[in-house]
Amino acid sequence: MPIQVLMPALSPTMEKGNLAKWLKKEGEQIKSGDVIAEIETDKATMEVEATDEGTLGKILIPEGTADVAVNTPIATILADGESAADLAKAPAPKPAAEAPPAAAKAEAPQPKFAAPSAPQAVAEPDLEVPAGTEMVTQTIREALRDAMAEEMRRDADVFVMGEEVAEYQGAYKVTQGLLQEFGAKRVIDTPITEHGFAGIGIGAAMAGLKPVVEFMTFNFAMQAMDQIINSAAKTLYMSGGQMGCSIVFRGPNGAAARVAAQHSQDYSAWYSHIPGLKVVAPYSAADAKGLLKAAIRDPNPVIFLENEVLYGHTGEVPKLDDYVIPIGKARIVRSGSHVTIISWSNGMTYALKAADELAKEGIEAEVIDLRTLRPMDTETIVNSVKKTGRAVTVEEGWAQSGVGAEIAARIMEHAFDYLDAPVTRVSGKDVPMPYAANLEKLALPSAAEVVEAAKAVCYR
Amino acid sequence: MAAPKKAAASTPQDKTNGGSPPEFTKEQELKALRDMLLIRRFEEKAGQLYGMGAIGGFCHLYIGQEAVVVGMQMALKDGDQVITGYRDHGHMLATGMEAKGVMAELTGRRGGYSKGKGGSMHMFSVEKKFYGGHGIVGAQVSLGAGLAFANHYRGNDNVAVTYFGDGAANQGQVYESFNMAELWKLPVIFVIENNRYAMGTSVSRASAQQDFSKRGLSFNIPGHQVDGMDVRAVKAAADEAVAWCRAGKGPVILEMQTYRYRGHSMSDPAKYRTREEVEKVRHDQDPIEQVRNRLLAAKVSEQDLKAIDAEVRDIVNASADFAQHDPEPDASELWTDVYR
Repeated sequence: MPIQVLMPALSPTMEKGNLAKWLKKEGEQIKSGDVIAEIETDKATMEVEATDEGTLGKILIPEGTADVAVNTPIATILADGESAADLAKAPAPKPAAEAPPAAAKAEAPQPKFAAPSAPQAVAEPDLEVPAGTEMVTQTIREALRDAMAEEMRRDADVFVMGEEVAEYQGAYKVTQGLLQEFGAKRVIDTPITEHGFAGIGIGAAMAGLKPVVEFMTFNFAMQAMDQIINSAAKTLYMSGGQMGCSIVFRGPNGAAARVAAQHSQDYSAWYSHIPGLKVVAPYSAADAKGLLKAAIRDPNPVIFLENEVLYGHTGEVPKLDDYVIPIGKARIVRSGSHVTIISWSNGMTYALKAADELAKEGIEAEVIDLRTLRPMDTETIVNSVKKTGRAVTVEEGWAQSGVGAEIAARIMEHAFDYLDAPVTRVSGKDVPMPYAANLEKLALPSAAEVVEAAKAVCYR
Repeated sequence: MAAPKKAAASTPQDKTNGGSPPEFTKEQELKALRDMLLIRRFEEKAGQLYGMGAIGGFCHLYIGQEAVVVGMQMALKDGDQVITGYRDHGHMLATGMEAKGVMAELTGRRGGYSKGKGGSMHMFSVEKKFYGGHGIVGAQVSLGAGLAFANHYRGNDNVAVTYFGDGAANQGQVYESFNMAELWKLPVIFVIENNRYAMGTSVSRASAQQDFSKRGLSFNIPGHQVDGMDVRAVKAAADEAVAWCRAGKGPVILEMQTYRYRGHSMSDPAKYRTREEVEKVRHDQDPIEQVRNRLLAAKVSEQDLKAIDAEVRDIVNASADFAQHDPEPDASELWTDVYR
């Protein structure tokens, strides 16, 4: 029976890609291991190797096709003795939900940056953007890259260092093109040595430079934790204000997809615990750009938590010469009067989807994107809760000593008399992240859990 | 596994090459004497104040090791940076930081270099290019490489002198920093102050490779063992190392063979070595006595040397007086300097 070749995934978070080129023609003989096609995403290019022997029967997706979903059949291979007439017998493609990479994403809802699709959602106007500003559609990855590039053009003391940031163009392609524009002096590949290069970056910052240190993921930054906390965060205080450290530590934080416990941790609570650090965790492309620019300019050490799942998502970014968003300001992304849902980074995905669901049942949720975890914008949270009387926090990290716990405490301290129900937390489950697709899905928060929590605090 | 016996009391200079280092001029001898004496008298006073309860927390004295920082500093120029660990009072005085400000920091007063918020292990002077004062063993090594990175980035010819001890030399990030320093040819001098004890653990009980000058071999970093009790030998080694760095040849390791007379900190019971061992080094190799004897042999009068003693004592006494009478920081200081 003819064998189907499926669109492969380059990474656990890839959902679609372009079929760049066919290297074999229909009717050509194929041996196992032959490169038959090239596929690409905005992150990388990969060769597709045949895993079976035979003849390339039919090309189902012509070269140059963009946005081919993972697991789409792209060609069929005929075994010896089979002919084109057998093509009709090719098995139907497996349902995507059964294929591991897609399954992990099956439930992960798509964020809705571009289209404020829910008509009832009235976002707070963005004060940094004058009316009539032209908007450009960008991925978060591009927005982050542009933020760094703009700051590097503006200030010769800004440089980027980290693993694979230069020649490889970034493990997640966030630093794409920086080496070409700024050269190896300012875009520096480091050895795999987080503790060491974090310390070198901090030392350089103490001497007055403005490093942007990329961690390939924040999971690896645990190796550098001592330098970040003891050297970067505390020196200004310990020196009586004499010597500080203007440095950004950035990289993907939290769960990606199917990479298990050691690569799937959310460090929001860890860093936001530390006086001396600022902690930023944006959700939208515009915030990613404006806040990273602010972080690079900030004279303090800033932890900039990105999210791998969000890198490829697009949003509208204001086309301004210098779009800088102040650190420490939350944003009401959707206004409502029945319950306040507070989240940040990828947690917003669940929060916004839940708000859509709740609206269908007549519950109008106000959704706050914290954007900055330290300093936390308590005022925006408290004002909203005074209006709604109910609050649900959403985070991918663990509940114990988490950011949600902190928000709950602040609401209790500042708005206790306004509460009509206990503050409820939706969080990652209290387990290391499992690998199996179904268990991973269970370990993460879901929109359904947010809906359930919101209804519970509304006594519905 | 049986713990090895206490290290034999071999004197530091037993391991160094024979032959005398280049002679100092009389002016250099006098300066070295004065600067080393200032550190010694300062540390003796700090020890007294600690005993009186005026200094709290940890207090690590530098007595015995004075020739290392004084000799190194004599080879530096304006713009060169210095960074070290927690045994840092001597380094601060050597870079020209004022005794008053250092002592007032030890007593936790507002006139201290960190306004009383850093203490013994955490003091800085941007003006004097002293970058701390770091309490986590080995952390200053990566930071020092970072200072050198900044020099390299800016294309100036400044050198970052990064001090750490034989104990810190076993930390992982030291080798991460060695690797990057050599890879990027950073102008950093790694000064390993081998005083033979990491707290209470002798080098022989903690280090598989006890020749610290070889610790950079696998990274191709040149290293030299230096008699750290002879300020002339230190200065000569420093001159070479500084020239190497300024020429863009990358890092150098200098193992300074030295000795601390006092305990690791003020609360050290000193059960890990004999009193005889300490006395022998003091008697045979004291860095200050070496200079004093050479000066006397060169017909400098006792009177002149006593004048130096007096000047140093005045500075130290004034610093102690200031440090005990300066007010504590205002309560409002609790909340300042977290962010800028």
